[in-house]
Amino acid sequence: MATQLEPDVKAEEDAFREEVQQFLAKHFPPELKGKGSALAGVDGPTNESALQKAWREAVGERGWGTPTWPRQYGGGGLTKRQARIIDQEFAKVGAYNPIGGMGVMMFGPTLLEYGSEEQKMEHIPPICRGEIRWCQGYSEPNAGSDLANLQTFAEDKGDHYIVNGQKTWTSGGQWADKCFAIVRTDKSDKHRGISFMLIDMDAPGVEVRPITMISGTSPFCETFFTDVKVPKENLVGEEGQGWTIGKRLLQHERTNISGGGRLASMMAHSLGEIAKKYGETNEAGELADAVLRDKVADFEIRWNSFLLTARRAVEESKAQGGVSEISSVLKKLGTKLSQERSELLIEIRGLQGLGWEGEEFSKGELDAVRGWLFGKATTIYGGSTEIQNNIIAKRVLGMLDHQ
Amino acid sequence: MAVLNEEQEMLRDMARDWATNESPVTEFRKVRAAGNPQAYNADAYAAMAEMGWAGVIIPEEHGGSDFGFMSAGLVLEELGKTLTASPLLATTIAASAIVLGGSDEQKARWLPKLASGETVATLAVDEGAKHDPSAIAASVSGGKLTGTKAFVHEAHGADLFVVAATDGLYLVEKGDGVTLTSRALADQRSHADVAFDGAPADKLEGGGDSLLDDVLDRARVLTAAEMLGMAQQVFDTTLDYLKQRVQFNQVLATFQALQHRMADLFADLAQMRSAVEGGLQAIDGGFGVARAASIAKAEANRVLHTISNQGIQLHGGIGMTDEYDVGFYLKRARVLEASWGSSGYLKDRFATLAGY
Ligand SMILES: Cc1cc2nc3c(=O)[nH]c(=O)nc-3n(C[C@H](O)[C@H](O)[C@H](O)COP(=O)(O)OP(=O)(O)OC[C@H]3O[C@@H](n4cnc5c(N)ncnc54)[C@H](O)[C@@H]3O)c2cc1C
Repeated sequence: MATQLEPDVKAEEDAFREEVQQFLAKHFPPELKGKGSALAGVDGPTNESALQKAWREAVGERGWGTPTWPRQYGGGGLTKRQARIIDQEFAKVGAYNPIGGMGVMMFGPTLLEYGSEEQKMEHIPPICRGEIRWCQGYSEPNAGSDLANLQTFAEDKGDHYIVNGQKTWTSGGQWADKCFAIVRTDKSDKHRGISFMLIDMDAPGVEVRPITMISGTSPFCETFFTDVKVPKENLVGEEGQGWTIGKRLLQHERTNISGGGRLASMMAHSLGEIAKKYGETNEAGELADAVLRDKVADFEIRWNSFLLTARRAVEESKAQGGVSEISSVLKKLGTKLSQERSELLIEIRGLQGLGWEGEEFSKGELDAVRGWLFGKATTIYGGSTEIQNNIIAKRVLGMLDHQ
Repeated sequence: MAVLNEEQEMLRDMARDWATNESPVTEFRKVRAAGNPQAYNADAYAAMAEMGWAGVIIPEEHGGSDFGFMSAGLVLEELGKTLTASPLLATTIAASAIVLGGSDEQKARWLPKLASGETVATLAVDEGAKHDPSAIAASVSGGKLTGTKAFVHEAHGADLFVVAATDGLYLVEKGDGVTLTSRALADQRSHADVAFDGAPADKLEGGGDSLLDDVLDRARVLTAAEMLGMAQQVFDTTLDYLKQRVQFNQVLATFQALQHRMADLFADLAQMRSAVEGGLQAIDGGFGVARAASIAKAEANRVLHTISNQGIQLHGGIGMTDEYDVGFYLKRARVLEASWGSSGYLKDRFATLAGY
């Protein structure tokens, strides 16, 4: 429900808005307009230009890349409203948030909840400054949807663990500095034998082999651990608590995949406008192809109601405290819609929308094709759509396992 | 599966054996790795022609076997299963134009060469990224053709183009006045924009007013036959995978959610097969071709679209890898889906034909 703002709150917010505007005027180089964060994706090395680096440092310094995280760990310590003001003002001048990636999306929030004071002091500030890339060491060849079947084993050696095993589909593994991993510390209990630990990717015994995807890029890897030494300080939570912590992290992942900023900004370009560029319009300036017009409208209607659902879910979960089971619903809906959109974009452009390379295609067209293919993964990773359906049926609806 | 005669069964079995043994997807990988814009193995195409596949719809007096479209469809379906890269589809479509519209002289000159595999041909109609035969600007004056055709399949290997101009279809040979600009599409096969600049053009005078439509209907149905093979293969591979992959101490095939999904896809596939075979039979029988062709390609588009997406989804992470074949089917699927009529185009045509 909308509430009337108190006059002094309003004045404070106006002052904050001005502060953000001044910050942008001073630090955001217009040359970077419309660019994206090198850290946010997993499909390439960071390769920052000097300008990008300066911009990242300026935002990181203030903690504005992670505006609502506590100040003492390097976050902005701001309210959600202030964070929204930052978003709005950045968007107005075409500035991107240079702080991103799995550290921000998934690992940070999880560590803030479960980490020790020392761990937070050590790991959160570099995330807030965008200095560290994290990767996710969850999946294994025989532990995909059945994640709890993981076999990578961490043997207790007193003050450290020795880790052996194989992870797979480790996105960005070849460019990551650190890995948050779930590993087995007890072979006798499927779920309670799992622990959550942090592994340095340059530790001796860590080997990474990139795998090429159908989109032609090689962002994900097989990661092998051979006698890798992991100090005990890198255990998050208690030994055996890894399944609980790991699942919480997945809830953050889902929320981000489904309705997160990147998707929302991608969707910001109206399909209708794009369709008008590629197709004919009638005297009224409307799309002449009635079938396509119907499809685009149908999509945009469902996309908008998804956005409303996502917003409502955020408000509700804020009221309840923390992420909720609704993240499964959002993930299932959001990923399906984003895939539908990519398919529609191809249809709108015809064969011009299927270019693989060459100057006869615009960068936007080529990116869309690779994005279409890469996007097929969104209904697979972070818990596949089928697994979300199982979660909804069992945990939310209370339907029982089929015996 | 339609009831086949003995000849057709032999042809299908031969195509199946050859595709499985001589032209598995690893052969497509080799073609892709070679990076040649022609994007097929000439020796493989020669072998196909040797077996008579390039002449299936060509009359016997011109060096073909005159087995008909159903037979041609059977071969294309088998080749679609293994994603065999060849100009067989394009050449067969082009040959159908000459069979329908060529003079005795044109037939005598070209059909034997097409049937023997010596000449590769292709059909060039569309001038934009979308199929739209009502918007043709290429024109002929004084026997010279000028205009540009977009995204022509197998253009790099083609010696002969069957080109739609404002007043009909023309034969244009590769050579003076014909320039290719490669258009590398996601399926990594041969596509190019072809510019004709006063190229010598020989009109197909026969076939009547509906020649272009008749040829396009054949293109739609034959393309749908390749798509049928692709859909069948993705379905079979996915089903095998589900029967073997273990998660939660159970093979995935035991999960009811996936059983129902596969049952739905199976039913879709059955419809696609009937639609495609119906199209092929309509051409052979010579009745209701336009309507049957719309049904065939529209169903092929719909079902292959779904199956190619589900194929990836149900394989999970490995389905996203280049090392696994299923992604190739997805990429080829969308290219064929957009060729000779998207679903929207075909539904519109169906309605128009039906008078509503
Ligand atoms: C692009 C990409 C990036 C990834 N990045 C990472 C990463 O950074 N780190 C990481 O750890 N992992 C990552 N993953 C792995 C991802 O989390 C797994 O692929 C996912 O969990 C599915 O596991 P799987 O691939 O083994 O598929 P499987 O579990 O074998 O599933 C195959 C199919 O069966 C379905 N299925 C499985 N179980 C059931 C069931 N009980 N009921 C109904 N259907 C079921 C699945 O939904 C799927 O469609 C990534 C994957 C992709 C594709």
